[in-house]
Amino acid sequence: MEALRAGSWRCQVTGLYVDHSAEQLIKFNAVTAVLYLAAGGLMAILVALTRWEAIHILDDAEWFYRLVGAHGTAMLLFWILFFEVAGLYFGGIVLLNARMMAPAAGWAGYILMLAGSLGMMVTMLTGRATVMFTAYPPLEASQWFYLSYILFAVGALIAVVVFLVNVVGARVRGEVQTLPLFTFAMLAAAIIALFSLISGATAIVPLWLKSIDAIDYVDPGIYRLLYWGLGHGAQQINLAAMVGIWYALATITVGTKPINEGLSRFAFVLYIFFIQMAAMHHLLVDPGLGRWVRTINASYFIYAAVLGSMIHAFTIPASVELAQRTKGYSRGLFEWLKRAPWGEPGFSALVLSFVMFGVMGGISGVIIGGPQLNMLAHNTLTVPAHFHMTVVSGTTLAFMGITYYLVPLIFRREVFQPKIARAQPWVYGAGMFIFGIGMGFAGHLEGVPRRHFDIDFAGLPMANGVFDNARVDLFLATMGIGATLAFIGGAMYVIVAAGTVFLGRRSEAPDIGRVDPEAFAVPAVSGASGEAEPEAHRDLNQFEAPGTFAIATAFLTLFVLLYAYSWFELSHVSWVIR
Amino acid sequence: MASNRTGTLVAPRGRWWFPLGKDEKLWFAMAAIWAVTMFAMIFLIWPAVGDNQQTFGGYRVDETEFALLTQQFIEEHGTGENLFGVPVVAPPPGSDVYMLATRYQFRPVVQLQRGETYRFLFSSNDVQHGFSLQPDNINLQVIPGYVLAVEMTPEKTGEYEIVCNEYCGIGHHLMLGRIRVVD
Repeated sequence: MEALRAGSWRCQVTGLYVDHSAEQLIKFNAVTAVLYLAAGGLMAILVALTRWEAIHILDDAEWFYRLVGAHGTAMLLFWILFFEVAGLYFGGIVLLNARMMAPAAGWAGYILMLAGSLGMMVTMLTGRATVMFTAYPPLEASQWFYLSYILFAVGALIAVVVFLVNVVGARVRGEVQTLPLFTFAMLAAAIIALFSLISGATAIVPLWLKSIDAIDYVDPGIYRLLYWGLGHGAQQINLAAMVGIWYALATITVGTKPINEGLSRFAFVLYIFFIQMAAMHHLLVDPGLGRWVRTINASYFIYAAVLGSMIHAFTIPASVELAQRTKGYSRGLFEWLKRAPWGEPGFSALVLSFVMFGVMGGISGVIIGGPQLNMLAHNTLTVPAHFHMTVVSGTTLAFMGITYYLVPLIFRREVFQPKIARAQPWVYGAGMFIFGIGMGFAGHLEGVPRRHFDIDFAGLPMANGVFDNARVDLFLATMGIGATLAFIGGAMYVIVAAGTVFLGRRSEAPDIGRVDPEAFAVPAVSGASGEAEPEAHRDLNQFEAPGTFAIATAFLTLFVLLYAYSWFELSHVSWVIR
Repeated sequence: MASNRTGTLVAPRGRWWFPLGKDEKLWFAMAAIWAVTMFAMIFLIWPAVGDNQQTFGGYRVDETEFALLTQQFIEEHGTGENLFGVPVVAPPPGSDVYMLATRYQFRPVVQLQRGETYRFLFSSNDVQHGFSLQPDNINLQVIPGYVLAVEMTPEKTGEYEIVCNEYCGIGHHLMLGRIRVVD
């Protein structure tokens, strides 16, 4: 441990040894992430207030389309990935009390990600890449856009490899046997990232080569297949990271221990094996893909991945329930939930993220991901409604929640304006909920298209008043109102995060609220000891988490009902399509 | 009810692989049954009872050739009428209907007979477009170099608007089409 102490400092709150290189990389990646969130948020409010027809704040179509693309890129690629890279370094090095291996490579990864992300932002905002971040050929952008895309992906790939090297290194040196569940989740995310980013490279590199006239033609259908190999895999990265953070937040705020480690880890393994296939659900109404490949891909494989999520959907609240019942909150089915630390931003973020991800994002995703039902959803606002519930309400809220613990600890500063921090998940969550309802109904019930500047079609008579009705107005206004509230919630987060980093009072033991004392307990001996620990008596024939079981069954019932209703809707379409 | 389980931020000690409790087993069984049910729905049940199967055909095509074929189709079955500048075509029931998505219209405007089946052939001669039929909310991806072949049977008369929902350029939000269904 002596060499470790030389290159690190010991956290007085958690007892962890924080390697200096890891600390710097975590800081830079995290701050970059939040800056992109802020930029993306400004773009978001402009886009949302334009789609709210009554306001239509942008009257220049070119700027609208630029901002839609730049918003998506800043949020889905940069905010999420820079934050995840910070999480990788935390989970793979700091949590393992390890010395960082290959820090220079980590910095190379960061520089490439930074350069690539700035290149993409500049080209998009200056109109040289108004192609959306999906960049579907034959749409063309400047060669610098594609090159930046590639640099960013390579940088992310390097960061992922550095993480894997560090985790494997710690294992090989015997410093860790079994990884903490949080690190295991990051490992799943990293493995998925490996093959997702490589798939993305196979899609984007040819576009870059065409833009410098090195090749003549990029097949648009094949591009979509390869791109979405990156695309949905990338979402599962976010899902694995988010679930890892859920487990972490539950441990930090309530002191949970997983109800069954093996089951939780198995669920992550399901993600790794089965998500790549499911990329096909972006291509369900494309020409050229046979019925079998679409059915097997969108279902057998995605449902295996969905099974992974269903496992976590149970184990996380069940672990909270168990921990609460152990503390004595055992009355009835739900006392454990009523007496949970709702005032702690980590707990409220956990619950809001979990509920919106699962109920709104998850159910809608499974429904629109089926070959037949997809036809009613493809490229309508239903699709961004789905992913604003999964990534923007789910993953982003979880990231916001964990920030309130990791940023003060890593930066060794007191939380800036903790009252704002406590209210923030509620404001943001409420905003996103309203937003999701508005956008989802506009897309699902009214067929409003996504990525569209003017559903009035500049008054063209050919439009026949297709979206000219009060329901569309209502849903888009709802979306705009939700966006405004979420924007405020996002701003609150940026204020607390940036305020903590730059203005927070320096402290070796910052106050991070009510935290379970055993959350970060460093084990005396990591991993396997010689003798098996005596297993405490657990009656495996009793329901250990009846409250969770009730909630989970209610969720499944809702799922079944919404699913069945969707088929009913399809059967009432007044066209027969084969 | 002490437990030697460890938290999620700490490496588990000793043997951490325990048998599943009653809750987990039951939930996993419920989730697995649901997953299989959903698979059966898309793979067996709906194909047997449902009308909208999405068993599209696909072909490769040369872009300019498809545009020519569309033009021939317009000349062969055109009614002579124009709807806001776009030629109107009334194809015979059971025939192939060419629809070209192009910046920034869907051409031609098509007039169909209620209850009859037509084989729509969709393609583009420039960039990707999204065929979105309203108000029934039927959405298809149109890709240059590929033909999407879809058998379509309208069951109700009326005017159906076509909207583009795949970003295709600065005029994306001005791109429209029309299908008219008559008795």
